[in-house]
Amino acid sequence: MGDVILDIRDLTVVYKTDLETVEAVNGVDLRIGKGKTMGLVGETGAGKTTTALSILRLLPSNTGRVLKGSIAFGGIDVLALDEKKMRDIRGDRIAMVFQDPMTSLNPVMTIGEQIAEALVLHNDGLGKEDIEGRVEEMLSMVGILPSRKNEYPHQFSGGMKQRVVIAMALACEPELLIADEPTTALDVTIQAQVLLMIKELRNRLGTSMLMITHNLGIVAKICDDVAVMYAEEVVESGTVEDLFFGDRHHPYTEGLFGSLPNLSSRAKRLVPIPGLMPDPSNLPEGCAFEERCGKRMDICKNLHPATATSGTHSLRCHLFNGGPER
Amino acid sequence: MEMSVTAAKQDAIVFKKQSQAKEIWRRFKKSKGAVAGLCIFATIILGLAFADLIAPYELATKQHLADKLASPSSAHWLGTDAFGRDLFARIVHGGRTSLTIALLATMSSCILGSALGAIAGFFGGRTDSIIMRALDIFMSIPDILFTMAVVFALGAGFTNLLIALTLAYFTNYVRLVRSQVLNLAELDYVEAARAGGSSSLRIIVSHILPNAMGVIIVNTTLNVAKIILYESTLSFLGLGMPPPAPEWGLLIADAREYMRNAPYLMFFPALAIVLSACSINLIGDGLRDALDPHLKS
Repeated sequence: MGDVILDIRDLTVVYKTDLETVEAVNGVDLRIGKGKTMGLVGETGAGKTTTALSILRLLPSNTGRVLKGSIAFGGIDVLALDEKKMRDIRGDRIAMVFQDPMTSLNPVMTIGEQIAEALVLHNDGLGKEDIEGRVEEMLSMVGILPSRKNEYPHQFSGGMKQRVVIAMALACEPELLIADEPTTALDVTIQAQVLLMIKELRNRLGTSMLMITHNLGIVAKICDDVAVMYAEEVVESGTVEDLFFGDRHHPYTEGLFGSLPNLSSRAKRLVPIPGLMPDPSNLPEGCAFEERCGKRMDICKNLHPATATSGTHSLRCHLFNGGPER
Repeated sequence: MEMSVTAAKQDAIVFKKQSQAKEIWRRFKKSKGAVAGLCIFATIILGLAFADLIAPYELATKQHLADKLASPSSAHWLGTDAFGRDLFARIVHGGRTSLTIALLATMSSCILGSALGAIAGFFGGRTDSIIMRALDIFMSIPDILFTMAVVFALGAGFTNLLIALTLAYFTNYVRLVRSQVLNLAELDYVEAARAGGSSSLRIIVSHILPNAMGVIIVNTTLNVAKIILYESTLSFLGLGMPPPAPEWGLLIADAREYMRNAPYLMFFPALAIVLSACSINLIGDGLRDALDPHLKS
């Protein structure tokens, strides 16, 4: 694989409360190449955000625990770093864009101050004017007039705020950008604008990206690789071509595609996946998708499937136990 | 091409940088009450600052038994007390001690209480429990008893009075700020700040406390008034500044005996307390509105 910027192996995270232990991420493997964009797809509660937060070590400190596995970022074992070193990485080398731009900006700070914050924290050598210059540069890069840097978040619209959030994240030119559903809170026209901008900036700065989304359209548009998560684990992963044009799929992925409207065919109804995701505090012994799966076999109930890989395409399903043949 | 350049220029003018202080002042001015409060308070402060020019300190402390309990006249603007001391001079000089103690005690209790509250709310868990349980014990002792104990233990005097008042009033800041911080710490921008590499201290100081400022300021201005009154109570009980130093609470306490014959003895010091408390409250209200960027127009 050559240049790997982020290498997650067998990551297992639980949320532990007095009452129960909830498995939030279960043995996830992810690899993002330098300059590549990985899409992380899955329904709400599948563990996408938890995976992202563990990369930055931002799990809620009183409940979240990483049980096993490793996260290597550019060769550094992130899980072993102390808090001080971790702070140096956050915002400087790994940055994150949050889902809702309405709440991820501080209402009493001007946007200029907020973009400058990461710069001030991570560049001791920069003078005040250098920082101001950089802030203006960032703003014009995301398409906001630099002269508006002294305005407050409430003076911007939702799409503009998300641009500011992206400018904040990119201010230190991070090596890895984690975007947690960056367009979910925006309306469709603005989504397109913001996505286009993210794509352009990524190409210009050569940033690697982890794009968390439940929108397969976004994946097709800007990702190189995809991982599909279901019930706390990755059930299928591969390149975008593997996912969209491959002939073998995990039944869950097939379900995802089946529930999308298609412009070219005249389907009368969309086919949703029946049922709900299993309770994460009480996962079944066998395959987590067994109850909702149309292709279930006897073995699915009792044995948790292992991951079978062929080339770039990995599947976690008993149907392909010999590995997906191509 | 030319069009867009002009447009950009125009925008640049519209969004011209306005300094923060100027902006706050502009919004503060809009509230008539706040400006009135500021005027009254400024007059009081000026009067107290130049007290020696307006009325010599001697008039406030030297006894003139021949002139005792004189009604307001041109010689004694607000009359004299039972020892023939000029009431105006006593109010002006008494205000110095009263207001200084009240303002300092408010500030120190605000800082101590806010810091503890922010720490308790932000870190939660065991830190929170220790601070809050200690506070519960603290609050279970009646204020007045507690301050009396402190003053008795340390002796009456300016610094000790300050310590006693601070200890009596910091508790409500802890609860107030803690509850604010509990709400604010859950917000996305705090998470975003952490993801940007900010330390806990930086998050508290630059993201959380500024957002809790409105509530803290209003509470602080209300407290100034309360502390002035509380201080008078202490003086009344003989635990304030030692006589013959004039002090507003003490003036009222002394006037109690002559309420029938010389009501002005009680009226004017009380008026001084009411005016300063009111003006500070008005300023606080105006400041809260001016500091909140949501209301910016």
